[in-house]
Amino acid sequence: MSERLAVKKTYKLFVGGAFVRSESGRYDRNQGFNVPRGSRKDVRDAVLAARNSSNKWAARTAYNRGQVLYRFAEALESRAADFHVDRSELDASIDTLVHYAGWTDKLQPVLGGINPVAAPFLSFSLPEPTGVVGILAPDSPPLLGLVAELAPVLAAGNTAVCILSDDQPLPGLDLAEVMGIADVPGGVVNLLSGRRAELAPVLAGHHALNAVVDASADDALGAEIDRLAAESVTRVRHARPTTGYDEGVRDALSRLEAVTELKTAWHPVGA
Amino acid sequence: MTETRTRIVWDYAPAPESPDHVRLRDSYGLFIGGEFVDPLDGTRVASINPATEEVVAEVAFAGAQDVSRAVQAARSAQPGWAALTGLERGKYLFRIARLIQERARELAIVESMDGGKPVRESRDVDVPLAAAHFFHYAGWADKLSYGVGGRSVEPLGVAAQIVPWNFPLLMAAWKLAPALACGNTAVLKPAETTPVTALLLAEICQEAELPEGVVSIIPGDGATGAALVREPDIDKVAFTGSTSVGKNIQAALAGRGVSLTLELGGKSANVVFEDAALDQAVEGIVNGIFFNQGHVCCAGSRLLIQESVADAVVAKLWERMGRLRVGDPLDKNTDVGAINSREQLERIEELVESGEGEGAVRRTVACELPSRGFWFAPTIFTDVAPAHRIAVEEIFGPVVSVMTFRTQAEAIEKANNSAYGLAAGIWTDKGSKAFEVASALQAGVVWQNTYNHFDPSAAFGGYKESGFGREGGPAGLRPYLRVVP
Repeated sequence: MSERLAVKKTYKLFVGGAFVRSESGRYDRNQGFNVPRGSRKDVRDAVLAARNSSNKWAARTAYNRGQVLYRFAEALESRAADFHVDRSELDASIDTLVHYAGWTDKLQPVLGGINPVAAPFLSFSLPEPTGVVGILAPDSPPLLGLVAELAPVLAAGNTAVCILSDDQPLPGLDLAEVMGIADVPGGVVNLLSGRRAELAPVLAGHHALNAVVDASADDALGAEIDRLAAESVTRVRHARPTTGYDEGVRDALSRLEAVTELKTAWHPVGA
Repeated sequence: MTETRTRIVWDYAPAPESPDHVRLRDSYGLFIGGEFVDPLDGTRVASINPATEEVVAEVAFAGAQDVSRAVQAARSAQPGWAALTGLERGKYLFRIARLIQERARELAIVESMDGGKPVRESRDVDVPLAAAHFFHYAGWADKLSYGVGGRSVEPLGVAAQIVPWNFPLLMAAWKLAPALACGNTAVLKPAETTPVTALLLAEICQEAELPEGVVSIIPGDGATGAALVREPDIDKVAFTGSTSVGKNIQAALAGRGVSLTLELGGKSANVVFEDAALDQAVEGIVNGIFFNQGHVCCAGSRLLIQESVADAVVAKLWERMGRLRVGDPLDKNTDVGAINSREQLERIEELVESGEGEGAVRRTVACELPSRGFWFAPTIFTDVAPAHRIAVEEIFGPVVSVMTFRTQAEAIEKANNSAYGLAAGIWTDKGSKAFEVASALQAGVVWQNTYNHFDPSAAFGGYKESGFGREGGPAGLRPYLRVVP
């Protein structure tokens, strides 16, 4: 009897809830796998998918978004064997998801409230998602560095387009399969592998993007992102790569706040 | 075509506010390091009353060296200011609030002289809100971590602040009060056409014995502002003004790690549903677009009316517009004052011409306008298409563009169909609808059955290209603080 031949995974981009090849047909070799090299068009498709799923995800109740994030953690735990990262990094990623799952219905009482205005109005301010957020994942650690930026973006009700590390795209692409079984609606998270230097400027300059979280740790690229973001007043947060659980949650409120808008509503009282 | 109607003439006697007790100097220096100084490389420019074209006062404009000098003064003063206890910092701000109240009448008159806004508004809105803003943030100075979700925080350092000409004193208060409460020092650049009340505020800082260098006030034009944001030794830029300048500033700060807050333009939708109290709505529409001659970033300049009541609302609005009193800003009965500057008047005229050229129907109230000064009579456009420039671009004048809608979903889609997202109004008597629509609108401030209300405890700021960061309330502290991990 001949030895069984392993079934090798074909890695694909994750756009609009679907596993797709790069429209460009390009690919790179990484750790014995073919990895799609995303194109400018793939970035635009991903932004469109994120935009189109934005209102529905934002309209989910905070309780529901919390449960989806928690199921994301459950699914990641169950797929642990699939990830070729240190177990400690995987554990930190799972725990980070659990932490932010609990944030979804805490953000509003922490950042919002009733404003004691000096006039007969019920005036209140509450956080709302900024919209579509671009995430530049760091090279290292490839999984936690991505999850620690993605989790607050999702918890605050945003949708995301993530550019994965050039050198370490596999954990991010594997994460797509976890999301497929975690009830994260299609289009809410989009994952692109490829050349960051090629894709990040297209993403940051896209006028349908509302914010960028830049964890690339590349200062020159960061400055370019800033300039491109200015074209449409896109919000930018630069972050050093998150290397441990504590680091990823210590400034959780600041991470959430960076992808949040505050809306103030005034309703008359009486008259 | 311009259709006009005869204005109903009310026999009001003139009721001018007397400027007799206003004590203005002939010439103001730059306020740097706690004193008024001559510019090193700046100029001296006359600040003009836009209602009379007479000189209000001569004012020094800062040159590049002056900007550096002001930033250095702020840098030197910052450690000492931050080292004060929050209570002591707050006490200075309480003093400033009290002194603004003391000089309220004078400030209101000068604000109307320098900027052209009706004194009724300066007296009842600008000046009291400026005082209230200092009073509000004074009380935050020793409670900062409560305002930011319990986080441990420290001041950013030196804040460069640039304010517009539409609410000169109020915008200065919005900028300075939170910056100082958080332990920052500030360099404030008032607008080119309206620097005078900020210089009176500088006098108030002196009267309050604010430590020297904590606040510097350096009037100037766009070049001064551009130099200020390019100063190497600043930690924060807070800008209120046009979206195009805001984008330039954001780009200029690329890669520098300088904290930025932008409060930019708007093309805010004021949405009138068929179940609204229409007479009340008309008053709100008037307040939304003709308040401060429409020189308001959150002005309700896109009026969306449900089709079934559109004719009725437009008829009532046009009738009401005919009763607006346009003229002397210092007259207490004036509703619409002077346009802030010749340049702004030209911009309004150019956009209004484009509206006619693109096929919208223009009606402008026929009223006697003074022969001198800069004036634009209240104007309404109907038959406006969403792609017309007057439906897309900020006019920043007393001009409202009317569009209609049939369903709630269409109203939301049209309201959100803008690069801006500063404010919105909703007129309906149905509470559940108001909350649902308010939640769906991409705008930083949503007013239901009211418009243009402001309060120091309520956050203000935009979505999308209307900027980021908030002013007012605890949210207004965060842009001036660094979170200590």
